[in-house]
Amino acid sequence: MSLTSDPPLAKAPAEPEDYGALKVVPVRHPWRWAAVVVTAVLLAQFVHGLATNSGWEWEVFAEFFTAEVVLKAVWVTLQLTVYGTALGFALGIVLAFMRLSDSAFLNAVSFAYIWAFRSIPLIVQLLFWFNLAYLYKELEFGIPFGPGFFTFDTMGLVGAMSAAVLGLALHQAAYAAEIVRGGVLAVDSGQLEAAAALGIPRLRQIRRIVLPQAMRSILPNAANEVISLFKGTSIVSVMAIGELFYQVQVIYGRNGRVVPLLMVATAWYILLTTALSILQHYVERHFAKGSTR
Amino acid sequence: MSAPTTPAPADGTNGATTDEAALPMVDVRSVHKSFGSLEVLKGVDLQVRVGEVTVVLGPSGSGKSTLLRTINHLEKVDQGWISVDGSLIGYRRSGDKLYELREREILRQRTRIGFVFQNFNLFPHLTVLENIVEAPVSALRRPRKDVTAAARRLLDRVGLAEKADAYPKQLSGGQQQRVAIARALALEPRLLLFDEPTSALDPELVGEVLDVIKDLAHQGTTMIVVTHEIGFAREVADTVVFMDDGRIVEQGAPGDALDTPRHERTRAFLSKVL
Repeated sequence: MSLTSDPPLAKAPAEPEDYGALKVVPVRHPWRWAAVVVTAVLLAQFVHGLATNSGWEWEVFAEFFTAEVVLKAVWVTLQLTVYGTALGFALGIVLAFMRLSDSAFLNAVSFAYIWAFRSIPLIVQLLFWFNLAYLYKELEFGIPFGPGFFTFDTMGLVGAMSAAVLGLALHQAAYAAEIVRGGVLAVDSGQLEAAAALGIPRLRQIRRIVLPQAMRSILPNAANEVISLFKGTSIVSVMAIGELFYQVQVIYGRNGRVVPLLMVATAWYILLTTALSILQHYVERHFAKGSTR
Repeated sequence: MSAPTTPAPADGTNGATTDEAALPMVDVRSVHKSFGSLEVLKGVDLQVRVGEVTVVLGPSGSGKSTLLRTINHLEKVDQGWISVDGSLIGYRRSGDKLYELREREILRQRTRIGFVFQNFNLFPHLTVLENIVEAPVSALRRPRKDVTAAARRLLDRVGLAEKADAYPKQLSGGQQQRVAIARALALEPRLLLFDEPTSALDPELVGEVLDVIKDLAHQGTTMIVVTHEIGFAREVADTVVFMDDGRIVEQGAPGDALDTPRHERTRAFLSKVL
């Protein structure tokens, strides 16, 4: 429309109508309904298949889901997750603060660690730890490069289980370090400045002022990591440790019921991941204190 | 800090002055400070006597905030020295050497100097009461019960007694700044530093914060206030200091410095803000 065109002819002013009394007809979405129908049919087919296809062998599933050998394996999986997470994040926090420190040396060491452990596939690393005794026959405690006080047989000290925990934790630490560092960097620098101006001791500044605030951005990523570590413990099966996935493989290797036993493992993984997600919700709520969103 | 241009004050007295009028509470001597190639302070000298209110005015970038931050060692000086209440800030003299203090000792010095920030910097995850109690308990190791009682009295003094259990984000800017002042006071500092305490506030909230600061001034608290509030300077200041380009260009009683400034830069600045 050109700006110079004549103004429209003024119509005779009509009496304003009363729209308030009219019935409102909402807009229809026919394609949305079509999509709903198609999705519902596919879903029904899937559920029907789960229930009727005898290949799932639900009676075998039921038999093994709560079998003692499976429960023990679940317990091992949980232990690997808890130890891996605890040690991994403890080391991760140290590495994060090394990277944030003013010392160029500590900074570089931390960077190199993260670089190395993010580069090596977990499975390769686990096999290395498992074969530690091949590299170092015994471990000695004493003065570096000087005389030793105690020696340990590596084979005895680093059993399969501790090798697995070590591998998972060292791997996890590299990722945890970056998550913690990101969280600390997200805290407003004015917070540390205020704490310093008040004379609050350094460690207390970190524990009481910085970390609780950093937790808000650390938690969602950390929960991702814990859940992925929990499922990642299945990799440990290559070391013949009786965790959930290994145990299930052993059972179906014996009885040939592959599908129902994979479902046993799946169901446990889903169940425990759900529990972790619920836990995450409550932990996040705790650290959201004082925030408006 | 390279070789100080003036000898450091007699050591070992650490604030225990017999004649308070003789020694200034704050003594800043030819302080220089650069950030990279930018020289922010180009030789600043300033003395503040006990119980005196000094208001620092000047355009943005003139070095006002940096000067304030050197006084509690949030910024380290490149040259010159600063002493507060008779003790050298950030260094310890022994013989003819100055030893840099450990962080723990610097933190200790800061507990005697209250600092109020432009952006309040309250700890958002702690309640108002926890904000105030934190430093006296962790830095001065005072019993929590006593500190809590004192904190409630301070909140009452800044008119926020009923907000003790609120979180900072539930308060207005003016209320947050009053909590920040109470937090600084909880350490019972000998000196209070205010870095543009009302610049981040909505205009209608400025008054309530200035009233609290005025109240402290009338009770004889030694303070240095960096601000743009000329009216406040006129009413409360014992000394007005005008800074420009890293130097103090004018200094005097508010009547003289604000009404009959001698320096041209001061006149130009005042004609814009008044």
